[in-house]
Amino acid sequence: MARKPRVAVMKFASCDGCQLSLLDAEDELLAVCDRLDFVYFAEASSVLQPGPYDIAVVEGSITTVEDEQRIRELRACSTRLVTIGACATAGGIQALRAWGDSQEWIRTIYPRPEYIHALATSTPIAAHVLVDYELHGCPINAHQLIEVLIAFASGRSPNIPAHSVCLDCKRRGTVCVMVARGQACLGPITRTGCGALCPTYNRGCYGCFGPVDGGNAPPLLAEFRRQGHAAEQLVPLLRNFNATAPLFREAGESLLDNPTDDR
Amino acid sequence: MPCMTMSSFWQPVSMRIEGIQTEIDGVFTYDLRFTKSADRTSYHFEPGQFNMLYLPGVGEAAISLSGDRMAESVWRHTVRVAGRVTHTLSRCRVGDTLGVRGPFGQGWPIDAWVGDDIVLVAGGIGLAPMRPVIYEFLRRRAEFGQITLIHGARTPETLLYSTEHAGWERGGIVVQATVDRASSTWRGHQGVVTLLLDRLSIARPQRTHVAMCGPEIMMRYAAISAARRGISDERMWVSLERNMQCAAGLCGHCQLGPMFVCKDGPVFRADRVHSLLAVEAL
Amino acid sequence: MVAPLWLAPKERLQDLIDALRQRQYTVVAPVVDQAAIVYDEIDHIDRLPRGWIDSQAAGHYRLQPTSRDRWFDFVVGPDSWKKYLFPARCVLSTAKPLPDGWQFESAADDSPAYAFLGARACELAAIQVQDRVFLEGPWIDQIYQHRRSRAFIVAVNCTRSGENCFCVSMRTGPACHSGYDLALTETDEGFVVDIGSERGGDLIASLRLPEAPLEKCTAARLSQERAAMQQSKQMATGDLPNLLMTNLEHPRWKDVGDRCLSCTNCTMVCPTCFCCSVDDVTDLNTGAVERQRQWDSCFHEEFSNLNGRPVRNETRSRYRQWLTHKLATWHDQFDTSGCVGCGRCIAWCPVGIDITAEVAALREAPVRCPA
Repeated sequence: MARKPRVAVMKFASCDGCQLSLLDAEDELLAVCDRLDFVYFAEASSVLQPGPYDIAVVEGSITTVEDEQRIRELRACSTRLVTIGACATAGGIQALRAWGDSQEWIRTIYPRPEYIHALATSTPIAAHVLVDYELHGCPINAHQLIEVLIAFASGRSPNIPAHSVCLDCKRRGTVCVMVARGQACLGPITRTGCGALCPTYNRGCYGCFGPVDGGNAPPLLAEFRRQGHAAEQLVPLLRNFNATAPLFREAGESLLDNPTDDR
Repeated sequence: MPCMTMSSFWQPVSMRIEGIQTEIDGVFTYDLRFTKSADRTSYHFEPGQFNMLYLPGVGEAAISLSGDRMAESVWRHTVRVAGRVTHTLSRCRVGDTLGVRGPFGQGWPIDAWVGDDIVLVAGGIGLAPMRPVIYEFLRRRAEFGQITLIHGARTPETLLYSTEHAGWERGGIVVQATVDRASSTWRGHQGVVTLLLDRLSIARPQRTHVAMCGPEIMMRYAAISAARRGISDERMWVSLERNMQCAAGLCGHCQLGPMFVCKDGPVFRADRVHSLLAVEAL
Repeated sequence: MVAPLWLAPKERLQDLIDALRQRQYTVVAPVVDQAAIVYDEIDHIDRLPRGWIDSQAAGHYRLQPTSRDRWFDFVVGPDSWKKYLFPARCVLSTAKPLPDGWQFESAADDSPAYAFLGARACELAAIQVQDRVFLEGPWIDQIYQHRRSRAFIVAVNCTRSGENCFCVSMRTGPACHSGYDLALTETDEGFVVDIGSERGGDLIASLRLPEAPLEKCTAARLSQERAAMQQSKQMATGDLPNLLMTNLEHPRWKDVGDRCLSCTNCTMVCPTCFCCSVDDVTDLNTGAVERQRQWDSCFHEEFSNLNGRPVRNETRSRYRQWLTHKLATWHDQFDTSGCVGCGRCIAWCPVGIDITAEVAALREAPVRCPA
């Protein structure tokens, strides 16, 4: 049998939740370790081997000059680079600084602000280096990560669906919270991955897995507003974990450009 | 239908890879043999039909049968590495087993061509589903008029089954190959298949059938060319490719207008699909 | 023709449920759940949505209490019986790793025999459409066949139409004419029971019901006619397949494509849509693989993927596929329309796209670009 692929799990600006979700997948963890050699995984082991790596799993966004350098170095010593989670694929919640004064926040929050050297932006990994595969979600779905890892270990492309959350609601028999309750739900323009968790608990989707490819936000926003949802409520809905993902960013901006109710 | 009843078509049968041949870069031919001898007894397929090849844990791919239908118990498939399943298949070795469902679909209507002249137009891997027809012609050569194969490929190195072409010519089939990009040693034609079709001597267009398989754009221009030579839509045949998951007309993926490509095709008389193929993204 | 029977008071519906359960049927009926009327397994009349009706519009559904003691005055909700006959998820086959290969087996479908209580006329029509898809082609869907052949159907004639209903113009309702074992029509005091099959007659005989009085039968018929009169929405079906297939390049497809979310909801709630996808699920510990079938949709971008790219790469081409399939090419494939006029796709479209309005727009200004 060929040697097991060497895998590094690396963290940038993030909460660690995505890499922890892999450790939470207890039923499959041993089987995964049979197929892959985790040589750098700080959350799991203090033995941290240097590259080169066959697969680099990257969590977190780029928020410092050091990050920019480190991701280039990681890319250079990795055959495949997979980004996981909203931070790594879209900039994460910390990308909200795009709409605030980050210097002002740093001065307010930190007792010694001069130690903080953060960029004015939080950007996805793909804005800096070539990414072989992006796995979305806040947090990611651990089963999807396992599928990605097993697929790359087997030399095939991962089988990760890319439809909207609505399909999951219907498959599991969840009644549409938008049509039956008038809630603002991002499900129709959000990528699957969570299994329609929020609508199943009677609340609208807030887009953890980011925009679905080809998502069509303008008619959905128009319908939200026709139903009486104000722009002030909808902008925060669009601006959370995937705030700077292009579809959500543009949708939020369109609401602010035209804040009056269409009715 | 050998492996299944009308209602158990979802269940694969086990076949073992008995031989793997590299045809050209990224194209392999797999010889599959039933692992249970009981499955062999009713072995039968029609040229132009396809099987669903199944790699458990990875998925299925629709692959045309590319061998001789009279060959003893061996199902031959020529596969181009394109997606998840075919990529994984390319890493399989002789002795590995996989699942097979089939055969499915409507093949080439060879018996309806008896007595007539035939032009086969194959682009790239499109020659694979035509090879069983060629074998049938060789076996029944006297039943048909003039038979010509026009085979186009990107380069001389990517012409499919090139080692067999001479044998086909000896068997009475005119083989004309053309390439997009010629090498210095290439002595054959250069250019698209329609150039050869335009130049082909067609003595009796009312008694000539054109069968095409390849990229849709190639088939569209080949059909225009054939029409200019006086061959009507009712005597042109195309083999189409679409996303297929059930192969039985029940999953919806392969639809083209009113057609389920999997069960109504993949071989269609051109007049049934001509106008549909002209509509973008149908 | 067997004379209709009279089931009264309405609480005696429990006797019918009990009789079905005695014969080992799992009774499925409308219930209130998640702010809507959905279908679920019941064993008691208490769970029926007695006193509830639904208010519907394009992209809109709300439950409302009604002051009348009506048990079936609502119309259809997001569920259809297809979720029992063509389940949203099921296992088709399994592959077990052996030392020298794979062992393939068909998965057993251990579903119970269902009794559907409360199927409406449009839903009977939808089941008949899916019968043609799954049972009458060259290949038969075993799971559907297994479930369908054992299903007992207690239909309910609609005595009220909803705002999205257009079964009259699709000639599928509101009255049930075939495809049921028993059919109920609700009146103020009880149910008029029509017997539609020998099996239905045998079952209802055990309740020892009297014949329905003439005035109850008349009241039942009038209420069905009233429901038909209430319908304002309609689909003009004349020459519809030809109209659609000669307008494949109509600018309306772009117009609706700009409004459509491609979210798949219309296809998921449609009682006749049958598209599905098949994927493998591997147990990493044992290596065993299940081949799973799930509902899928022609609105899903990857649905038409060929060599990694979608054939129908824009929303307008996907909407066109859905509408032309449902209303035109379905006739070529199955000799029937794929639309039964239930209006679900209108109600459950988050942005309220109305299939009848789209057809009307095409009809109003056809461009006749031949296919």
